[in-house]
Amino acid sequence: MSVRLTFAAAGRVLTQIRHDPRTIGLLLIVPSLLIGLLAWIYVDTPVFNQVGPAVLALFPFTIMFVVTSMTTLRERRTGTLERQLTLPIGKLDIIMGYALAFGLLAVFQAGIAVGFSVWLFGLDISGSVWWLLAIAVADAVLGTALGLLASAFANTEFQVAQFMPAFVFPQMLLGGLLLPRDQMPDVLYAISDWLPLSHAIDALNAVARNDQDDAYLLVKLLIIVAFIVGAIVLGSVTLKRRTP
Amino acid sequence: MVNYAIHTEDLRVRRGKREVLHGITVDVPQGSLVGLLGPSGSGKTTLMRAIVGVQRNVTGVVNVLGHAAGSAILRRQVGYVTQDASVYGDLTVRQNLNYFASMLRAGRADIERVLESTDLAEQANQMVDSLSGGQLSRASLAVALLGSPELLVLDEPTVGLDPVLRMELWGLFRRLSESGTTLLVSSHVMDEATRCDRLLLLRDGEILADETPAGLLERTGAADADAAFLALIRHRPKHLGTEFDGEAAS
Repeated sequence: MSVRLTFAAAGRVLTQIRHDPRTIGLLLIVPSLLIGLLAWIYVDTPVFNQVGPAVLALFPFTIMFVVTSMTTLRERRTGTLERQLTLPIGKLDIIMGYALAFGLLAVFQAGIAVGFSVWLFGLDISGSVWWLLAIAVADAVLGTALGLLASAFANTEFQVAQFMPAFVFPQMLLGGLLLPRDQMPDVLYAISDWLPLSHAIDALNAVARNDQDDAYLLVKLLIIVAFIVGAIVLGSVTLKRRTP
Repeated sequence: MVNYAIHTEDLRVRRGKREVLHGITVDVPQGSLVGLLGPSGSGKTTLMRAIVGVQRNVTGVVNVLGHAAGSAILRRQVGYVTQDASVYGDLTVRQNLNYFASMLRAGRADIERVLESTDLAEQANQMVDSLSGGQLSRASLAVALLGSPELLVLDEPTVGLDPVLRMELWGLFRRLSESGTTLLVSSHVMDEATRCDRLLLLRDGEILADETPAGLLERTGAADADAAFLALIRHRPKHLGTEFDGEAAS
């Protein structure tokens, strides 16, 4: 792995995105608008304050997953991925370049979503907004990392498209958004413990209610970071220079 | 003694359950301009991918510049242009070159050189998406020229180009070969064959002929490359000797 090439790859991805202002706009604003829509739907009920933190985890995560896997899908289709794989650049450099570039966007996206939710849509946060931001950002980066892993796993474009329901939907269903995790059947609860989005939602709920200490939040954050690192490493190992 | 840029022995490639290359044995001398010809579906791309080292399920010997195909050391010595554009559409030509040059540690002067030799200096700051088809394939070629690789593997670089551009590109290939670069260029346009030092004729995953354009015409008594190719297919058993298995001629 080379720091120079990782930054070259990240710079290349950011230059590409810079040429497409509409993408930047959509990427930064859409999660916030969706959260706003949800707040509006539940305006006369206490529901938004119950699901708000979970949604703050879900929307940026999903959108970053889709955007990342679509971008790498395009790399595959145009042949630029194969070209890079024939050149002296590490697979980890290619993937880390994406992770860094989209990670930067994720910071802004999650920051805007947190700001809108708390100050515009009136999401009640009893704990620290900084914790909320840190976890939301990590969660959005997690979406990117899993998107990279999914597209590295796939051999064809079609498979990439299937990974969205395979990777994201189960985490959504089991993450505690529909039913608090501890009320689910034991087997599902055990499974959900191994899904990173569950921990992001746990942590955001804890910050909103301020019912856990910093150590709890730190552990949750570290779990998310571990999944990010794991997904990136696994993604670069899975990416093959030789294809059928 | 002739040094071989590419040396394969009994190269076989399997895609799924089907074997698509059936024991290819060829030598490409260093510094030569070799045409890889054959109808579409004959296995040209697969052979090139095996040589570049991006093809899975390859058996047999594939040596490139003295190393096993796909060795890490070859990544800066082999330039590969696929049939896909393989450049970023949402970057300018120069931004594309900058990025790929960073991997090869090629400097600014090298970027100017490849822009010049592919006649893209005027389009350097243009977005790749707005290039014409011919400019696009030259942009992809420009990337492959970065760092002056010893071997260039070009998969149908002239497809869809007008005759003038085709002629210019073959002129560039010739100049590169004269400066010592080995080129393996595939095409399904037979009349491009006459511009090569040697020809490899591929059909149904087997080498039909491996000789000079003049030798090919002489042996088949044909007037042009197209006719020579047809003649070879017709007289395949004679030329392939005992290896002929009769499957493709029927």
